[in-house]
Amino acid sequence: MLATIAMTMVVMAGLYSCKPKNTANAVTSDAAQKAYVPPGKYDEFYDFVSGGFSGQMSVYGLPSGRLLRVIPVFSVDPQAGYGYSEETKAMLNTSHGFVPWDDLHHIEASQTNGEIDGRWVFANGNNTPRLARIDLSTYNTAEILELPNSAGNHSSPFTTENTEYIVAGTRFSVPLDNANGDVPISSYKKNFNGTISFVSVDKDNGHMKIAFQLKTPGVNFDLSHAGKGPSHDWFFFSCYNTEQAHTLLEVNASQRDKDFIMAVNWKKAEEYLKQGKGVKQQVKYAHNIYDEKTQTATSTIETEVTVLDIMSLPGIAYFMPCPKSPHGCDVDPTGEYIVGSGKLAALIPVFSYTKMLDAINNKTYDGTYEGIPVLKYDAVLYGEVQKPGLGPLHTEFDGKGNAYTSFFISSEIVKWNIKDLKVLDRAPTYYSIGHLSIPGGDTKKPNAKYVIAYNKITKDRYLPTGPELAQSAQIYDISGDKMQLILDFPTIGEPHYAQAIEASKIKDKSQKIYDIMKNENPYATKGEPNAKVVRQGNQVHVYMTAIRSHLAPDNIEGVQVGDEVYFHFTNQEQDWDIPHGFAIKAAKTAELLVMPGETRTLKWVPEKPGIYPFYCTDFCSALHQEMSGYIRISPKGSNVPLAFGTGDKAPGGKDTTSISQ
Amino acid sequence: MKKKKLKIWTRLAIFLSAILLVMVLFFPIWEIELSAPQYPEGLSLQIFAGKLGGDLDIINGLNHYIGMKTLHAGDFIEFTVLPYCIIFFAVLTFFTAIRNKRGLFYFTTILFTLFCIVAMADFWRWEYNYGHELNPEAPIQVPGMAYQPPLIGYKKLLNFEAFSIPNTGGWLFIAAAAILVICMIAEIFAAKKEIKLV
Repeated sequence: MLATIAMTMVVMAGLYSCKPKNTANAVTSDAAQKAYVPPGKYDEFYDFVSGGFSGQMSVYGLPSGRLLRVIPVFSVDPQAGYGYSEETKAMLNTSHGFVPWDDLHHIEASQTNGEIDGRWVFANGNNTPRLARIDLSTYNTAEILELPNSAGNHSSPFTTENTEYIVAGTRFSVPLDNANGDVPISSYKKNFNGTISFVSVDKDNGHMKIAFQLKTPGVNFDLSHAGKGPSHDWFFFSCYNTEQAHTLLEVNASQRDKDFIMAVNWKKAEEYLKQGKGVKQQVKYAHNIYDEKTQTATSTIETEVTVLDIMSLPGIAYFMPCPKSPHGCDVDPTGEYIVGSGKLAALIPVFSYTKMLDAINNKTYDGTYEGIPVLKYDAVLYGEVQKPGLGPLHTEFDGKGNAYTSFFISSEIVKWNIKDLKVLDRAPTYYSIGHLSIPGGDTKKPNAKYVIAYNKITKDRYLPTGPELAQSAQIYDISGDKMQLILDFPTIGEPHYAQAIEASKIKDKSQKIYDIMKNENPYATKGEPNAKVVRQGNQVHVYMTAIRSHLAPDNIEGVQVGDEVYFHFTNQEQDWDIPHGFAIKAAKTAELLVMPGETRTLKWVPEKPGIYPFYCTDFCSALHQEMSGYIRISPKGSNVPLAFGTGDKAPGGKDTTSISQ
Repeated sequence: MKKKKLKIWTRLAIFLSAILLVMVLFFPIWEIELSAPQYPEGLSLQIFAGKLGGDLDIINGLNHYIGMKTLHAGDFIEFTVLPYCIIFFAVLTFFTAIRNKRGLFYFTTILFTLFCIVAMADFWRWEYNYGHELNPEAPIQVPGMAYQPPLIGYKKLLNFEAFSIPNTGGWLFIAAAAILVICMIAEIFAAKKEIKLV
């Protein structure tokens, strides 16, 4: 008996010594130095990180992990009044009307010659399929394009080497828009289709246009990446649910041993398009553009899209079998290797572009899937990374012949060599990493100083904040042979993919103010003497100016219950970092935050008579607290005349209380 | 009495002064640099012969807090007169070099030096008025505080640090004056030697 207890204790002690190292052990002594950016110094990289279900995009500095900005993209933002102000409402318009939220998954930077050029970043909205373009001089969402024939735009917005196209795909196949959608869900195989949209980007102004859509079999497209160099003409998409399940996908879409990576020859698609093989479909989708001159967004409903059916047009698409519901689909900097990451696989297959071309030329097929050739696995496979970890998701590259793959289940990053497929290093993540990113790690020219892990679970990483916790990111220094964890920081959620860009590429073109003389907003007020209030029927337009530290007019009378009051608020400042805000009691929208030289409009419909204060919300100056005013609301039909002004010109004359003392 | 001629290098130097004076018109003469916690990048007020430059609008936007007048070139007769004065002196200097007479040269130099003294005095007066004539209704009133910028050098004005120095045009102006004065001294010495020789 005693012996048994003694034995158990020994075994227990042995087990404890095997217990995985905790975080404190995982961080080495010089980590702080490597992540430390002294106060007042700039970070080396901007990191544009998806805000996931917040619908926004966050911008961090690397390696400090400091949050620099949250850019409103797909969701309304009460801080800036994005989606609330009259100028920006149209940005969130769709064919379904105003949709104020989306799920922003991936960020992709525009490229020239396969390198990040620092002009724009793109983002996808997964829920009500949309694409957004963000301008990197103003950090405004400049354009949002809705995608017809689509649901669950997940494999997006990845770009070709010269931003010829960014793509969008369907994670959820559905009956196409002009088909009868009122069909049994169980008729998936018959009635449901996927689409891949190729969206062209205008070289000069960035404007997006759906060049063509590929109609595909009903499967789930997950992620994608364009070819590079020799494989420039191709685009690769991972797809799962080739079982075509429509319920309990967890089980039913995990039946086949292999799903596919779909290789798309977009040059071939262009040829078909030129030959008029595309079918024009009548659909409806919103195209929203923010005009920097008028500072106003407009939404146009487009009505046509050209569709190429890859099931009947040979040579556009081929399927490469890929084990176990592939997620990530990543192309190395040389363009030769395509890495598929089967979420449930215990290995990583690496496909060869050259072998793929040979297999296509020699018709080394393993049958067809819905009319599309399936290439033989062995014929396209370069090799497999054996026992890399559990649950591979995404791969980024360092440009030195190595790949870094994230593993959700085993919660780690694994570094491996592409040529010999040997694992070189592994580092734990805290916890359950999803995407990872290396600056330029999905381009031709990575700048492999860091790899950043974006994690799904934070658990015990930070002080607890109730059931809902922050998301997290971790930075690893990868300049040496071994990955070294240097910093861990919380993020807004949920961070999916990110793009880190050298600060030197974009920082100097960051705009400081808007030139008020170039402000073409039709409701702009240039100069305080031009401030006024105009009544047009039941509409009251307040042309208000703001300059430190007063509003003009700041006293307004003669407005009635039920009037539609439009506060056209123009910030007169022409000085860096002097925004003014505007808020009025009982407004059912949000505040306005208005940059120097900018005009924003808040619509307000008073419901009860009384005096309503309004004020500047941004602590702009020493006398910010004085920057306020009143509007008097009279009952409907009242004969109080319209009157307005500031100081001497206020209704009732100059305020003399302070002088008469 | 025999007309005293100037030395050749004196004449060349006077020509140079004339050219420098013409150049003064195209550069800021004086600059007041301001910095504050809110303006780590600094603000500058540049004073040209005929106008004001630099971050004038921003400075004017801030002035009302302490009741300073906003600055407008049109409010100052100096900006109308000064370019003509400089052109006048450039022409006079040029003429002096052409005429090649020592007496005229002395006259020009002394007149120009006087002009410099008057100009600086006027500038000081301008700064004094600017810093002292404050609106009694200004939101920020610090008893006994005036905001006269320094004529030259550094001064702390509330949260602002002001540094006043000549700019390119000012240095050209000073160079022109220095050349004339040095040449005049040299000519006086030369004249004395001539007298001894006689």
